Order: sequence, then structure tokens, then C-alpha cells
Amino acid sequence: MSYEFQTAAYIAATVLFILALGGLKNQESAKRAVWFGIIGMAIAFIATIFGPGVTIDAVLILTVGIGAVIGVIVAQRVEMTGMPELVAALHSFVGLAAVFIGLNSDMTAHDFPSYAEQIIHEVEIFLGVFIGAITFTGSIIAYGKLSGRIDGKALILPARHLWNISMVLASLVLMILYIQGAGSWTLYLMTLIALVIGAHLVMAIGGGDMPVVVSMLNSYSGWAAAATGFLLGNDLLIVTGALVGSSGAILSYIMCVAMNRKFLSVILGGFGTTSGPAMEVDGEMIAIDADGVAAALNDADTVIIVPGYGMAVAQAQQTVAELTQRLRSKGKTVRFGIHPVAGRLPGHMNVLLAEAKVPYDIVLEMDEINDDFPQTDVIIVIGSNDIVNPAAQEDPNSPIAGMPVLEVWKAKQVFVSKRGQGTGYSGIENPLFYKENTRMFYGDAKKSLDELLPKID
Amino acid sequence: MKVGAPKETFPGENRVAMTPSSALDLQKLGHTCFIQSGAGLAAGFSDKAYEEAGVTIVTGESQLWNDAEVVVKVRPPTEAEAKLLSGDKTLISFFYPSQNTDLLEVTNAQGAAAIAMDMVPRISRAQKMDALSSMANIAGYRAVIEAGNNFGRFFTGQVTAAGKVPPAKVLVIGAGVAGLAAIGTSTSLGAITYAFDVRPEVAEQIESMGAEFVFLEFEQSQDSAATGGYAAPSSPEFREKQLAKFRELAPEVDIVITTALIPGTDAPKLWLKDMVEAMKPGSVIVDLAAERGGNCELTVPDEKFVSENGVTIIGYTDFPSRMASQASTLYANNVRHMLSDLTPEKDGVIVHNMEDDVIRGATITFEGAITFPPPPPKVQAIAAVKKEKPKEQTAEEKKAAEAANMAKKGRQQVMLLVAGAVLMGIIGLFAPPAFMQHFIVFVLSVFVGFQVIWGVSHALHTPLMAITNAISGIIIIGALLQLEASLPIVTILAGISVLIATINIVGGFMVTRRMLQMFQKS
Repeated sequence: MSYEFQTAAYIAATVLFILALGGLKNQESAKRAVWFGIIGMAIAFIATIFGPGVTIDAVLILTVGIGAVIGVIVAQRVEMTGMPELVAALHSFVGLAAVFIGLNSDMTAHDFPSYAEQIIHEVEIFLGVFIGAITFTGSIIAYGKLSGRIDGKALILPARHLWNISMVLASLVLMILYIQGAGSWTLYLMTLIALVIGAHLVMAIGGGDMPVVVSMLNSYSGWAAAATGFLLGNDLLIVTGALVGSSGAILSYIMCVAMNRKFLSVILGGFGTTSGPAMEVDGEMIAIDADGVAAALNDADTVIIVPGYGMAVAQAQQTVAELTQRLRSKGKTVRFGIHPVAGRLPGHMNVLLAEAKVPYDIVLEMDEINDDFPQTDVIIVIGSNDIVNPAAQEDPNSPIAGMPVLEVWKAKQVFVSKRGQGTGYSGIENPLFYKENTRMFYGDAKKSLDELLPKID
Repeated sequence: MKVGAPKETFPGENRVAMTPSSALDLQKLGHTCFIQSGAGLAAGFSDKAYEEAGVTIVTGESQLWNDAEVVVKVRPPTEAEAKLLSGDKTLISFFYPSQNTDLLEVTNAQGAAAIAMDMVPRISRAQKMDALSSMANIAGYRAVIEAGNNFGRFFTGQVTAAGKVPPAKVLVIGAGVAGLAAIGTSTSLGAITYAFDVRPEVAEQIESMGAEFVFLEFEQSQDSAATGGYAAPSSPEFREKQLAKFRELAPEVDIVITTALIPGTDAPKLWLKDMVEAMKPGSVIVDLAAERGGNCELTVPDEKFVSENGVTIIGYTDFPSRMASQASTLYANNVRHMLSDLTPEKDGVIVHNMEDDVIRGATITFEGAITFPPPPPKVQAIAAVKKEKPKEQTAEEKKAAEAANMAKKGRQQVMLLVAGAVLMGIIGLFAPPAFMQHFIVFVLSVFVGFQVIWGVSHALHTPLMAITNAISGIIIIGALLQLEASLPIVTILAGISVLIATINIVGGFMVTRRMLQMFQKS
């Protein structure tokens, strides 16, 4: 296959990738869009292995074959609640591949027509490895936190900003040394430093900010691919990397807006830079049993369910779907209110509800449903906390002050399904639980709902 | 002062303006009480009971009018009675001065002071003497009882061994005091109750009493605070809509209770002949506005009759009198409160303070002059409903704000572009041409990426992440190109890269597909 033909194939792949991303506008076109992506990838792959510079040998077949089998197994085995972990784990692969490719480039000798080109090449190697290494360890730590293998709390080392800055500066110095021909050790040392930076960055970010972290790492993996593209002079890599990188950046931005946080403050970690004491919460939490909730649901005409990470943890989405179906068959209006940062991944709740076969046209976004709460009879909050916290609007000293929240407390009645009385992942007191129209439905979300289901008639 | 209550002379009137218990309270104010023999009998208060409360029994009407300095009555006096008043006497009773102008002249000619209980202004302080409200309350209650008496079914729905009984449906038109009392009684009897009023702000009161507010879509709504809490005549368009709504409800409802009155005019006709005809046989209409002509076209005042299609229409005007004992107790208390306001020192001396809003408002003749109608009270009748309309910006202000916003955005964009251009210039000065080509591709791709991703549906963010993840596996191309290297370490690293990138690609796409398959419409 000639170089020109390969380029033509790459152009086709690029167009298909753009169509794949653009097709995610709505659920129906998305099903087609994923095929665009698959075909684009197949074209790119085939054009490369049949193109110049690659011979199809045992190593290639073996690695691709094993990789494909593992990929299929992983994709089939993963639970939908485990999506955040999987995505984080896959990000780390891209990062690692970028590091290896960068190191390989350093090891294979090159002739450069000019000194400028040599410098640029070396800078590209350095950047590719740097971003790749950060993505790699960052994703691994994110995976650990999401799967519960590492404590979800933010690890705040003393003078951590100083550490980060000095590590970045050290990397910069090493880059200058590397360009001046100090040898490959500078590259290896920098790789180690970058690995530490990635781990340290994500360790300092609390569990509640994970949606931002995951989308940020998504962005990094794109930039890493783009950097590799520059390194190898491959436009397809550059285009694809840039697409993925900007996609992740936009997602991170959307998540930050949804939490009313500055991107920088999320990235740099640490949570709770408030200026005064939190508002005192009066009253007490009033518990209710399944009979009480069932009675209210039987009387209600309109119901909105607000799921959160607790639903995912308890694997309660099937029960929620069954409850929804039962209420809908009684002629009640049942809808879902989804906050942009509900769960641990952007759009996490949508995927879980879709898995349980909840029709997507009754699953609404925060902005679509926020005005409807005052006219709603019953709200069921399942395992969400900060996203329904009225302190965001009422208490200027709250760490989440100004964050847009679902205004569930405006409804006639609110039931909160929650494991216990403690504060949520972020550790912020929630005045919603103390409101007069709120009742606490304690217990594991799935168990509570299973108990509730037979009582709906 | 000597306070005396004569026997009511109006035919069928059972009430009395003084009860033994109100007499006890009056005596505490320093007054002595007189009552005409037999005046309380119809309301269930015997002369003996009055005597025990320290009231002097007077035989004969003229004797009482002669003895008493303050005459308390329920109905307006007849002309003959009015002529019994003299300059030093005070009359307290319902009077309806706007309708009874002749009577007003006669009373004034006698030189007596007259206080009309129906003219007590509607302010919070005067609620304890608001006899209209206490009578309306009774009328509303009684209207439901009368309706039930003439209605052949239960109010509440029941499932019995002998069969299922549907609940009665009651429509109350006009949610004033009488209307609200009717709603309360009707719902507590178990009927499904609907209520309508032209004043949308009473919807909350209606719902608080347990009825459903019949909502009428109409832009122009009344602000009753300006008219002292009463309804005002509505526009023809509004009336049409209202009638259409009633027409729609007529076949459904079993009992209609109309209480719509507009001060100073005849009762509006709201339940027309065709609506009566549309109702089921056995239905009941109680027209509380019968005295003023009735809200129902077919109403005959003071009578109950059955229409051709078997609808009972009740036009009684004496509902309070039908509950004389209760009505007398409440009315006597209203009168007693009026007298206690007139006796500020509690020494039996009446001080007719014309500076007082309540007394001034209720007084219709004083010291030989007609003092009706009164000036508007100094205190607003009802706290006006605050209308907080967000301050609307004028078109120009909006334009200016928009322009300023645009200018700001424009400046920012220009700044960004300039900064970008400078950066590009610097890169362009040093970078070799091959790099610049790649760089163009890179920048354009970032732009395309931004444009495309903004359109992605929020619900699809997780699939987006999975698919971008799969696509970023394109890094496999880099690894593939490095597989054929002279150094074994390079081949090993490249091989690992190919392997994990493949996992990424295959896993990413499959997971995305799995997720998207799940999204389904209802």
C-alpha cells in the first residue's frame, strides 16, 4: 500500500471519527455513530499494517489477538455500575502506550536535516512521555479510588502545591538538559517524576470530584496521543488525539460548571476552602418506614426520582426501574431528575437507568426538571446527597455554595433513601434531611426499595 | 344605659338581638338590660332564662321602645318602629341604608342615632362585630343541610353489602364566608366538592377547606383587595368563559350552592336555565343569593320548587333564621362587641366616638344628620396582595446591556486572537515547515473537536467518554510503526503498547455499543 493511499485511508478514518463523536447528539443517532467509530478504526488499522514500515509478523498478530480477546472479555464482564473504573483503567493504557512509544523514539536513532527539527523532535518526545506518564499513574489512582481499593478521601500532603511546582520545574530543567545532549537518563528521571506527579495530583482529589478527574484524564489521554502524533509525524494521531483531548476538556468544563467549581481548584485538589462557619441546621431527621412511603406513593399523582451514587453502589437500578414501571402503570407521572455530576462519571446515572430499561424520555436533566418540583407530590432521593443540598443556595459559607442543585425540597414531600445518618462522600451537612417535608427512609437502597415494591398497589 | 331588645316583627323571623349570655356581658359594661316578653322564645330562650340573667322583662312593644335608651334589633325597623325612636335614643340593627333610603330619612327625622350592623367596615379590629360574616357562615352551613335534606342520596361514597354508593358532587359558586362555610360542611359530610370564585387569590382558601378550585384560564383577574374583599362585576368575556365552564360541570354535579353577590347590585345570574336542564333528576340547587334575585335564573325567592326535570331549587332567604338559636347567639355577641366599643370606660356611658373608624363606618344617622355613606376607612380593608413584578427592562436598556455584553465578548475574543497570533508568529519564526503542517492539522482538529462535542447530549456523556477512549487507542498506530526495530527492548515495549492499545480499542467500542443498546424510548 502506497504512502498516498495510506493517507487517503487516514483522511477517511478522521472523517468517520468526527462523525462518530458528532452522532452522539441523541440516543438514536448514537447507535449508528458507534459504527462510524469502529469502521474508522478498522480502516486506520488496516491501512497501517499494510502500509510502509510495518510487516505483519507473529509478534503483531499475537499482540493484537491477545489484546482483542482481553478487550472482549473485559467489555462483556463489566457491570454498568463499574463503568467509571473501567474507563479510568483504559485511560491508563493509553498513557502507558504513549510513554513506551516516547521512550522507544528516544532509543531509535534519527538523522535530522536541521538542528531546529532535532530540538522539536526532542521536545515532542519529552512532552509525549510527560503527559503519558501523568495520565498513566493518574488513571491508576483514579481506578483505585473508584473501585474502593484506595481510600476515597483527598490526601493532602503538607506544601503539596510546592511539591507539584518543584516537580514540574525539575522536569523542565531535565528537558533543557536532554535537548543539550545530556543523555537518556534525563528522560528516564523525568518519566519517574511525571509518574509521581500523576499519582500525587489524583490522590489529592476527593471522591466527590471524580467525574471531573475522569473526564480530565480522558482529555490527557487525547493530548498524549496527539503528542505522539507530532513525534511520529502522523496526522491521524494528531487529529484523533486533538478530538479526544478537546472532548475531555469540554466534559471537565461542563462538570465544573455543574459543581460551581473552578477547574483549577478541582485539579489542584483539596475541598472546602470556606470563609466562615457552616450554617447551623435546626430540627431533626425524621425516619419513616416502607409503609409510610408506599402510602404516600399510592396517593401521589406526580413522582420524581433523584438517583445518586448510592443507587449505583446498592445496585438498585433494577428495583428502581420496576418501581417506576409499577407507578406508571397506575397512571402516575414518574420522571427522573439527573444532576450533571450525579455518580462518578458524567452521565453515569443515565447509563445505569438505561441498563435497567428505564425509557430515556422520562429521564430529564436538572435544567429541564428544576421548575417542576413545586408541583410534584413525591420526590424519592436515592443515594444522592450534595446534588440535592439546599445549603448550596441558602448558606453562603457552605463549601458547595453556588453549586446548581436539584431543588427537591420545594416539592410537597421528599423521601430520602440513605444508609445512615452520616454525611455523604463530601462530608457536608445536608439541611434537606431536616426539612419539615422530608422523611428519611433508612437502609440499603436496594433492600429498602425491595421492601417497598410489594406495598405499591 | 338601658339596652332593650324588642321582639322581631318581621314574619318568620326567629332571631333575637339579645341572649341571656350576652345580657350578662352587657351588664358587666355597666348597662341595664331589657327585653320584650317572648322576644327570645322562637330562638329557644325563655323569659325565665332572661330573668335569671338579670334582664328586666317588659310587656308590650311600645313600652320597651319607650324604656330603652339603646334599642338592639336584628331586622331593620319598620317605619312604625322607627317613629318610636327619639332624639336621645340609639338604634343598633341591620339596616341596609343604601336600599332603605326612606327608612333612613324617617330615622333621621326622629333625631336618633342609628348604627347599621351591616355597615361595620371589614377590618381586622372589627371582625368581632362583623354580623354579616357570622350570618353568612350560618347560611353556608345551613345551605348544605337544606340541600342534603332534599337530596336523595348519601354525601359520602360508600361500599356496602347492599351495593356501592358513589359520593355526591357539590359545586359551590362564590367562595366568600358563606361559600367557604358551605365547602367546609360539604367536605366534612364526605362529598366531592368543587368551588369557583372570580377572585383567583381565594383558590388557596378553597383548597385549604378541602375543595377543588375550578380553575378558569383567563388573563385579566380581579384584585379583590381594592374592593374590600368583595367581588366586582366581571367583563362579558370573562362571564362567557365562566358560564361555559359551568355548562361543562352541570351534568356532573349533584348539588349546586350559589353564593355569588356583588355589593350594591342584583345578584349575577350564573346558573342559567339550560344548566338546570342539563342536571340529573334529583339534583339540588340552593341559591343563597335569592334575596337579591338569585344566582339561578329559575330561583323563586323564599320558595322551594322542583323543576320540570326533577331538580329541586331552593330559594329560601331566611337560612340564619332557620337556625335561630345559633344565629341569635352569634348576632347577640356581635352586638355586644359593638356596645363594648361604644362603652370604652365600661361605666354604662355610651361615647359615640365619630373619630373611630369602626363606629364612624357603621353609624348612619347621628345628631340629626345622615352620615351615610361613610368616608373610606383610614386603614386599608385587607392587606393588599403584594404584586412583585420583576422590574422589566425597557427595550432600550436591554439592547444597551446586550450591546455592552457583546462588546465585552468581542474585546475578549480579539485579545485571545491577538495572543494566539503572537504565539503562532513566534512558533512560525523558529519551527521547520514539516512541524507547521502538523500544527495546522492539530489546531484545526481542536476546533472541530470543540464544535462537535458541544452538541453531545448530556445523557450520553458516559458513552462519549467510552468512545473517545476507544478512539484514543489510535495510538496503536505509533506502536505498530515501532514494532520493527533493531533493538529488542524497543520491540518489546512496542509490543506491549500494541497489546494494551488493542484492549483499549476493542473494549472501548464494545462497551460503548453495550451502553447505547440499552437506551430505549418508552
